[in-house]
Amino acid sequence: MAAANAMRSLIAARPAPPRTAGSLSWLRRNLFADWKNTLATLLVVAVLVDWLPFVIEWGIVDAVLRPDNAACRALEHAAACWGVIAEKYRLILFGRFPFAEQWRPLVGMVMMVGLLAVSCLPRMWNRWLPVAWVVLFTCFFVLMRGGFAGLSFVETAQWGGLPLTLLLSTLGLGAAFPLSILIALGRRSHLPAVRAFCIGYVELIRGIPLISVLFMASFMFPLFMPPGKTPDVLLRVFVGITLFAAAYLAEAIRGGLQAIPKGQFEAADSLGLTYWQAQRKVVLPQALRMVIPSIMNSFISTFKDTSLVTIVSLYDLTGSLGLALNGDANWRQFYFEGYLFIGLIYWIGCFSMSRYSQWIERRLAADAV
Amino acid sequence: MASTEQQSPATPPASTGGTKTSRWRSRAFRGLAYQVILVVVVLLVGGYLAGNTLENMRVRGIQSGFGFFLQPAGFGIGESMIEYDSSEPYWKAFVVGLSNTLRVAVVGIVLTTLFGTLLGIGRLSRNFLLRTLCTAYVELFRNVPVLLQLLMWYFVLTDWLPDMSAALNPVTGFFLSKNGLSFPIPVWSAGHFATLLGLGGGIAAAWWHARRARHAFEISGAQWPVLWPAIGMLVAGTLIGWLVGGMPGAIDMPERGELNISGGGAVTPEFIAVTMGLTIYTAAFVAEIVRSGIQAVPRGQSEAANSLGLSRAQNLRLVLLPQAMRVIIPPVTNQYLNLTKNSSLAVAIGYPDLVSISNTTLNQTGRAVECILVMMTVYLVLSLLTAALTNWYNTRMAIKER
Amino acid sequence: MSDVIISFAKVNKWFGQFHVLRDIDLDVARGERIVICGPSGSGKSTLIRCINRLEEHQEGHLSVDGVELTDDVKAIEKVRREVGMVFQQFNLFPHLTVLENLTLAPTWVGKMPKKEAEERAMAQLERVRIAEQARKYPLQLSGGQQQRVAIARSLCLTPKIMLFDEPTSALDPEMIKEVLDVMIDLAGQGITMLCVTHEMGFARSVADRVIFMDQGQIIEQNSPTEFFANPRSDRTRDFLSKILSH
Repeated sequence: MAAANAMRSLIAARPAPPRTAGSLSWLRRNLFADWKNTLATLLVVAVLVDWLPFVIEWGIVDAVLRPDNAACRALEHAAACWGVIAEKYRLILFGRFPFAEQWRPLVGMVMMVGLLAVSCLPRMWNRWLPVAWVVLFTCFFVLMRGGFAGLSFVETAQWGGLPLTLLLSTLGLGAAFPLSILIALGRRSHLPAVRAFCIGYVELIRGIPLISVLFMASFMFPLFMPPGKTPDVLLRVFVGITLFAAAYLAEAIRGGLQAIPKGQFEAADSLGLTYWQAQRKVVLPQALRMVIPSIMNSFISTFKDTSLVTIVSLYDLTGSLGLALNGDANWRQFYFEGYLFIGLIYWIGCFSMSRYSQWIERRLAADAV
Repeated sequence: MASTEQQSPATPPASTGGTKTSRWRSRAFRGLAYQVILVVVVLLVGGYLAGNTLENMRVRGIQSGFGFFLQPAGFGIGESMIEYDSSEPYWKAFVVGLSNTLRVAVVGIVLTTLFGTLLGIGRLSRNFLLRTLCTAYVELFRNVPVLLQLLMWYFVLTDWLPDMSAALNPVTGFFLSKNGLSFPIPVWSAGHFATLLGLGGGIAAAWWHARRARHAFEISGAQWPVLWPAIGMLVAGTLIGWLVGGMPGAIDMPERGELNISGGGAVTPEFIAVTMGLTIYTAAFVAEIVRSGIQAVPRGQSEAANSLGLSRAQNLRLVLLPQAMRVIIPPVTNQYLNLTKNSSLAVAIGYPDLVSISNTTLNQTGRAVECILVMMTVYLVLSLLTAALTNWYNTRMAIKER
Repeated sequence: MSDVIISFAKVNKWFGQFHVLRDIDLDVARGERIVICGPSGSGKSTLIRCINRLEEHQEGHLSVDGVELTDDVKAIEKVRREVGMVFQQFNLFPHLTVLENLTLAPTWVGKMPKKEAEERAMAQLERVRIAEQARKYPLQLSGGQQQRVAIARSLCLTPKIMLFDEPTSALDPEMIKEVLDVMIDLAGQGITMLCVTHEMGFARSVADRVIFMDQGQIIEQNSPTEFFANPRSDRTRDFLSKILSH
């Protein structure tokens, strides 16, 4: 054996022969491998040649960028009227928030996006992060509400636009997260009543559409309160979103809990850790790490779902677009461009989150070894 | 092994441990205590909320009970598959709403399955352009809220399309306008019974042929062609039936009139927008599921199939797909359920689905609790039925694995 | 030093309808080193897992260092603090470094200050000759190293009893020795040890008593010399011939 190895080691390693590289071979492999492949290529190219020039002309070349209503109308939809965005962007982004005070939601939003970005870095994951979020939400509320030091008071009914969308998704998920951990643990509890309660909750919520939860929040929650007290509509919707998101998050987390080997529980038991110590120190850190992609999916869903609050008359990004255009006969016909604009905002948010999710998954997988 | 049976008592004892211990420190007692606390808290909170609700309803003079469902609804419904007018009771309106929800769901699910599967396979294509196009589609549509997409399609359909008087006529017999899509439908006549009968005969013949082919394959290994003969039998059966029935050919073609389109079948722009929006959105998710399902089959499986000499098609049909389906079907059912639940967003564009009807009823009668309860119950039942079906499928598959 | 630290009296246990422990009577003296062997499914792992209540027995009495094991939460906590366990699959916590694995129980269960816990942990790591790996994560270590860390972890609460559940069965042959060496060291220090293993060399050199189990019962127990030289039961002879034949 040793002799054979010695013999073999006499042959020095050589570099591999050059790959049949070059753009020509790439083209052949990816576009013209066989007749079916070639046909597909030709079809796609034909469609692109047919449509791309039109899309470019419609969206860019012939489009009107100035907030010039007459010019826009003259287009008769033959090209995009981005002027509607230029004209209405403040209303679309900030809803009914008093025009002169809109720097407040802007500052709040920038702070929130900043902290969101910071929270994405694994090395910032420590006990101060939740504290930072609590501080941020407090600042956000104080700034938005005002009513002190010369800041005028703005009631929550007037909050709107992108800051509201961001607030509902981050705060909703922030509140749903601890709740969902309890529910996920409860669903795996050996106590039948606890388990039944958690299963019932999760299956009930997952069985019904969000819109019915929001209707409940808007019509039934006022009835739940002691007579004479009606909670703020923002608060009601926030509770609805939290209860809804918690069920989905709990399912995601349960997936991670199920993947923890039994030996981990036994080792924790044999070291004398109590149930809660074992969950906190041993089980949850591993389980949560495992399900980061599903948690991110829940984040994305919730971010998109906040658009539904417009149906119960809160003016989030989707709602404030309606606010901006519905009442204005001059610009009403350029809704499509408005939809594209806020669609782009949602898309940027969701797409970057899904990219982040892929990145963090790879990164944590690399760390684990 | 024989001694096992001799020494072993028949059954384990009913109670655990014969030893005495201070009760409040035992695990059993603590478990019980936690559960009692949970139940009490749930009851207290529930009672508190229910008490408040009753009190509020008394103060505001809201009546309760489901009796109002028998009263006439008093509102019309734009489209319905069932006979309905505004003098009919509320419950009938709810049934109409449910039927509209199911109509969107069924059509949407069929279209989503077809479209999503094609996209998913397209994402795995060896063709770079096709692959990129499918990926772009998926990334574009799944990252924009479905409500926004519905609103956008509805706007395009109702604002950009011409009035009915100037309806687009892309293909003979099809008219597209602000008022929806009109299309030709065959007029029902007695002769069509024969056509249907012929189709039935064709199906039976095709089934019989497939059975015989499998039998022949098992006996002798002979591989009879199955697909094309089966299609031929279906077509031939239908054709013969149609001929026998006297070649009924009457078709109700939509006609362009002075101001509107008459005749033929028609769907409203609301229905088109909801179905189209949900299909386009959900198909992006189904495509991802199909793609990852196919990729989830280990490479070794294909290698083994190739080394056994199976052709590419055989490999797909006999090895890859059966395994991929197990991965694909549970999440796809989940997507079907999502589509059904998302059809509730139809309320935003005025399609009279269940949520829309119960919203109208709620606003008319003020019976919030009852309307929301009915709505939730219906969706819950749909979900539980689907879940039961999925579970049944999974168990069947799991047993096969052993 | 011959007082009884673990005592089984007519202990019975079932998994569903499967009678896994049958009328177990066993007294273990303080400081005694016991090796338990037997064919797979004979109940030997279950037996030692009952000692720290990872499994609960259904009939009979089991007491550990004067504490009767029942459903009592406090009793279980007390016993677990005094009993260390080493598993076949190591069961280290993969998200914690080696050092954090060792300090987890002392800080949270033993309420020890972090600094002191770390000093103690380092001492234990020295003892198993792996101190230089303290900052690494378990999955970066070889199987043998992981098992030594697991031993060190269970020693951190200074247990009176150590349980070993087939500690070398999941290891590659060349790593078995490093783990056995650590266990032999440990055996020389007077701690009570119960070890389920098929390493008969280890049994010969270390054990005070070898117990043979089959079908949930203790078939035979004896000093290693007697046990290997003159097995009394046929089943023992049969078993020994199978595992010693190669």
